Amino acid sequence: MSWIPAPVSRFFHRTSSPPHFYALADRFIPWLTAVFLLLLGAGLYGGLYLAPTDYQQGDSYRIIYIHVPAAWMSLFVYVMMAIMGGIALVWRMKLAEVMLISSAPIGAGFTFVALVTGSLWGKPMWGTWWVWDARLTSELILLFLYLGVISLYGAIEDKRSAARAVSILALVGVVNIPIIHYSVEWWNTLHQPATVSKLDKPSIHITMLVPLLLMAIAFKFYYLIAVLQAAKLELLKRETSSQWVKNMLEKQA
Amino acid sequence: MPLIRAFMAIIRRDLLLAFRRRAEMANPLFFFVLVVTLFPLAIGAQPNLLQAMAPGVIWVSALLATLLSLDSLFRSDFEDGSLEQMLLSPHALSVLVLGKIVAHWLVSGLPLLLVAPLLALFLGLPEQAMGTLWLTLILATPLLSLIGAIGVALTVGLRRGGMLLSLLVLPLYVPVLIFASGAVDRAAGGLPVGAQLNILLAMLLAALVLAPLPTSIALKMSVN
Repeated sequence: MSWIPAPVSRFFHRTSSPPHFYALADRFIPWLTAVFLLLLGAGLYGGLYLAPTDYQQGDSYRIIYIHVPAAWMSLFVYVMMAIMGGIALVWRMKLAEVMLISSAPIGAGFTFVALVTGSLWGKPMWGTWWVWDARLTSELILLFLYLGVISLYGAIEDKRSAARAVSILALVGVVNIPIIHYSVEWWNTLHQPATVSKLDKPSIHITMLVPLLLMAIAFKFYYLIAVLQAAKLELLKRETSSQWVKNMLEKQA
Repeated sequence: MPLIRAFMAIIRRDLLLAFRRRAEMANPLFFFVLVVTLFPLAIGAQPNLLQAMAPGVIWVSALLATLLSLDSLFRSDFEDGSLEQMLLSPHALSVLVLGKIVAHWLVSGLPLLLVAPLLALFLGLPEQAMGTLWLTLILATPLLSLIGAIGVALTVGLRRGGMLLSLLVLPLYVPVLIFASGAVDRAAGGLPVGAQLNILLAMLLAALVLAPLPTSIALKMSVN
């Protein structure tokens, strides 16, 4: 791997060793939490207080500040899992396996939040809690993909081979992600088309857009914090008998 | 032995095994007919309703029948050790796996092709949609076997993999279901179906190339 500069590959080797990662995560989590709280505060203040009332949907559109970031995260986390799965399969990196497994419940949580808030939003807007529309149904399928990953990991005793199995499943399942993402454009159903697009001018007013983007970044930070915490726990569970865990526990005692 | 002969040998062996257990071979087919029969009983024998539901009913039943037959794909080979021999053989495992999938489709997917038009007729599917139904079955039942093989390979080492298998495989079947039943539905309404059929063909070709690889990786992992 000569094409990767030596400092970069050294950084990855160091970070991917469990004790080093554990210490690094411990150091980063307070900072990440601070940034998360700042972004969350600014986003909620902007979204719930500063942003104007929608001319069509009134105040109930404000659930968008939870719903849309959660829906974005539900896709983002799955793609992250697939990338981790690829790394775990090719380089057999323990840390990638741990991150993959720790991401699954978090991603399932985001998917669940997106479904519930969507349903709460749908009731006043469409007059129904649930419709079998393309976006909703594919989001539900995404939830099942996450549950499949979680239960496959739980079903295999040996955790190393369980992680390999889960990596394969995450990589295979990623083909469904573009289908879910484009479902709103491909099938013209009840769900409103995407509000924020990358290339076009967004169809949403700037005072509503800024808090939405702040919330989206805040959710990314939340994911980072949650996945680091979960990964720390998973590492401790896997390496209970290793020397660095014993050393650390002795130091704490 | 060249690769192509190994591939053919796997297919011949699996077909021979299937013919020795003819009763077992017919089970998914009976299951398919039964499930389709249950719908008119549960919903009520209203011709208009049944006609509208026919594409969906047939496709969901085909999906479930394939799911039921998947377990036999690697299970007996795993139990009697011949899977291990396949892993040890000098040939590329993904090609051997593809042979097993082809044999599985010949045994479980092909019979559906023969029965489905008859059932569609009973459900009142318009005649102009029959050709499309056939085409979607030809394109998509191999796809079901290819995708399903990944799920079976992941769960074959587990003692109770059946329920887990459906949780893993059914979400992956969703795109196939959408495009296949969508095509039949459109054909019944007299609309063009070229786009749906092209997407199914593209998915089939992609799965033919891509699916054997994760399947063989998963098998290696399950046997270990």
